Amino acid sequence: MTKNCHNDYKMKFSEEEEFPDLSLHNNHMAKVLTKDMYKKLRSKSTPSGFTLDDCTQTGVDNPGHPFIMTVGCVAGDEECYDVFKDMFDPIISDRHGGYKPTDKHKTDLNFENLKGGDDLDPAYVLSSRVRTGRSIKGYTLPPHNSRGERRMVEKLSIEALATLDGEFKGKYYPLNAMTDAEQDQLIADHFLFDKPVSPLLLSAGMARDWPDARGIWHNDAKSFLVWVNEEDHLRVISMEKGGNMKEVFRRFCVGLQKIEEVFKKHNHGFMWNEHLGYVLTCPSNLGTGLRGGVHVKLPKLSTHAKFEEILTRLRLQKRGTGGVDTASVGGIFDISNADRLGSSEVEQVQMVVDGVKLMVEMEKKLEKGEAIDGMIPAQK
Amino acid sequence: MPPVPCYLTENKLIPRLSPEEEFPDLSQHNNHMAKVLTQDMYTKLRDRATPNGFTIDGVIQTGIDNPGHPFIMTVGCVAGDEETYEVFKELLDPIIEDRHGGYKPTDKHKTDLNADNLKGGDDLDPNYVISSRVRTGRSIRGFCLPPHCSRGERRGVEKMSVEALDSLSGDLKGKYYALKNMTDAEQQQLIDDHFLFDKPVSPLLLASGMARDWPDGRGIWHNDTKTFLVWVNEEDHLRVISMQKGGNMKEVFNRFCTGLTKIETLFKDKGTSFMWNEHLGYVLTCPSNLGTGLRAGVHVKIPNMSKHAKFEEVLKRLRLQKRGTGGVDTAAVGGTFDISNADRLGFSEVELVQMVVDGVKLLVEMEKKLEKGQSIDDLMPAQK
Repeated sequence: MTKNCHNDYKMKFSEEEEFPDLSLHNNHMAKVLTKDMYKKLRSKSTPSGFTLDDCTQTGVDNPGHPFIMTVGCVAGDEECYDVFKDMFDPIISDRHGGYKPTDKHKTDLNFENLKGGDDLDPAYVLSSRVRTGRSIKGYTLPPHNSRGERRMVEKLSIEALATLDGEFKGKYYPLNAMTDAEQDQLIADHFLFDKPVSPLLLSAGMARDWPDARGIWHNDAKSFLVWVNEEDHLRVISMEKGGNMKEVFRRFCVGLQKIEEVFKKHNHGFMWNEHLGYVLTCPSNLGTGLRGGVHVKLPKLSTHAKFEEILTRLRLQKRGTGGVDTASVGGIFDISNADRLGSSEVEQVQMVVDGVKLMVEMEKKLEKGEAIDGMIPAQK
Repeated sequence: MPPVPCYLTENKLIPRLSPEEEFPDLSQHNNHMAKVLTQDMYTKLRDRATPNGFTIDGVIQTGIDNPGHPFIMTVGCVAGDEETYEVFKELLDPIIEDRHGGYKPTDKHKTDLNADNLKGGDDLDPNYVISSRVRTGRSIRGFCLPPHCSRGERRGVEKMSVEALDSLSGDLKGKYYALKNMTDAEQQQLIDDHFLFDKPVSPLLLASGMARDWPDGRGIWHNDTKTFLVWVNEEDHLRVISMQKGGNMKEVFNRFCTGLTKIETLFKDKGTSFMWNEHLGYVLTCPSNLGTGLRAGVHVKIPNMSKHAKFEEVLKRLRLQKRGTGGVDTAAVGGTFDISNADRLGFSEVELVQMVVDGVKLLVEMEKKLEKGQSIDDLMPAQK
């Protein structure tokens, strides 16, 4: 096993002395990590030098969120999910609906397999968006990477994105070289990402050396956007106004695959395996890493007694239009897929398309004062 | 030479990138580390690690993440253990020299905690001097420092410290309040007394990893009379504070020296000691606190003096600095200033407190003259 001098030094202390105090904690890591597990895993180190303490620091420092069950651990490299599988497997199972260590994940980025999705009523569906993350094989992840690695990820990303043409032709804006005018425009477009302030991310070391090697790329039409070196190596976003999720997903799949080809040519494909799908920094994003969603006006349905039940059955989740954990404004909700791992991209976007179509129908019924009891779906 | 962290050299999956690829972008930076660190220096230092595995990137991360403060020149680096100052001396020596008035790598630092050597200090006018305080930090030899220590080490520091403090008696007898076990009532009392320290929010501290595992292993100890206070595992292993209302700095310093010496004896009885050497004096997390780690100061009412054209010049000559009464980088309120020693390294504790005592006495005399509409020109001190 790779030698890690700092970790070896910590081994001088017993597991009782080192085991974190998780008595006030409410996150997936705290639910799963026992003293025995800690004892077994603490002497290990991935080849790049990431340890159990490194994985769990964010969960130790952030006892829990009042509204959402946080994961409480991150991966520092691809090998973490294997070296520390005793901890990650139960967390993955708990977070991803019982996903087993022997399960296989299916990837399907063939947009033609999506049925419908081009006719969501724009009077209700204001905008559509699909995002995912990608990690570049051969480099460690944002909690652990060195400046040199981060810069290489940026360099490779810029090269790959520069080869895009047609509808994908665009431009890269590095955070540390942005003019004031560019910055204002990116803010106005709601594209600019800030230095993380969330303690969840800061504790995991993802803001180190900010803004070095961070940047934003988008196409001229502003419908395809890539974040470089934020919480993952890459975050890829396709979006547009209105309800044509089919078109959003088409652009998403086509753009992603073009980018992946370029990386593969440099022998740096995306991190992927047949058990976990796409490997990302946070275990909650494993599998597809995909969140496909709409901003949709559901003032009546959202106040209906069965709203939560309907979402659960459709395998959808709601958020405010400011993003995760914000409140909705004026009855407009962000509705997206709840799952990431164990179903394919097409399957997840299909659930969003079908589910939103149904909810808009329900909204229209409620507007007319009619009941929706006959429309309540079965559990997907 | 201490070993290089092995994972940096043996990892065949990820070939180690060149120093040029790894050198930080310091083009927007204004701190001591950024002034000193060159590509050549970085190339040389990145092949080293302390015996506990602390590397150059660990030392400088806070200075990279925090380009600079508009009002104060930050240090931009920290020590992760006692050995940092030796293993990375090419970087730290010039920083120490720049920060501590030209202190050379060959200079020796004198420690003097004999309170009897302080002349006067018991007669600062309480109409002007509202309160007096002396603080310092101490590190416990054998443990890594807050940027690098493990939970086990931090708890070890806490355990040893609490044992030592529990055996203090007389007017030093007191009680320890662990941050994670505090009752609401205890917490409120500590807040009212202005004793409670919060989880750090300063990005300078957060970027260096000092808030990890909060509040595990952190706490506050104070004596029953609330004149002697110890912080455990905040920015340093220990911060020791002696304070009281009024201008009797001599008494504050007496208690400070007595308490510190007693605590040190207790640690020695347990087979350990404070980190100290004859070049750097007391070794602390931040290079700005080397030497004595001592800040002795008063809150003093000098509304006239502080508006005088020569105020800054007077402070400079007296080797004093001013702060607002909220602490470093706050503004003064109602003409009341926090006046303390500017130096830490190269002068002894007695010498620094003497400068405060003598300097504040002079400032109060000047204030009184200005109140009477008299000139202070003949009171201007020479440069100390």
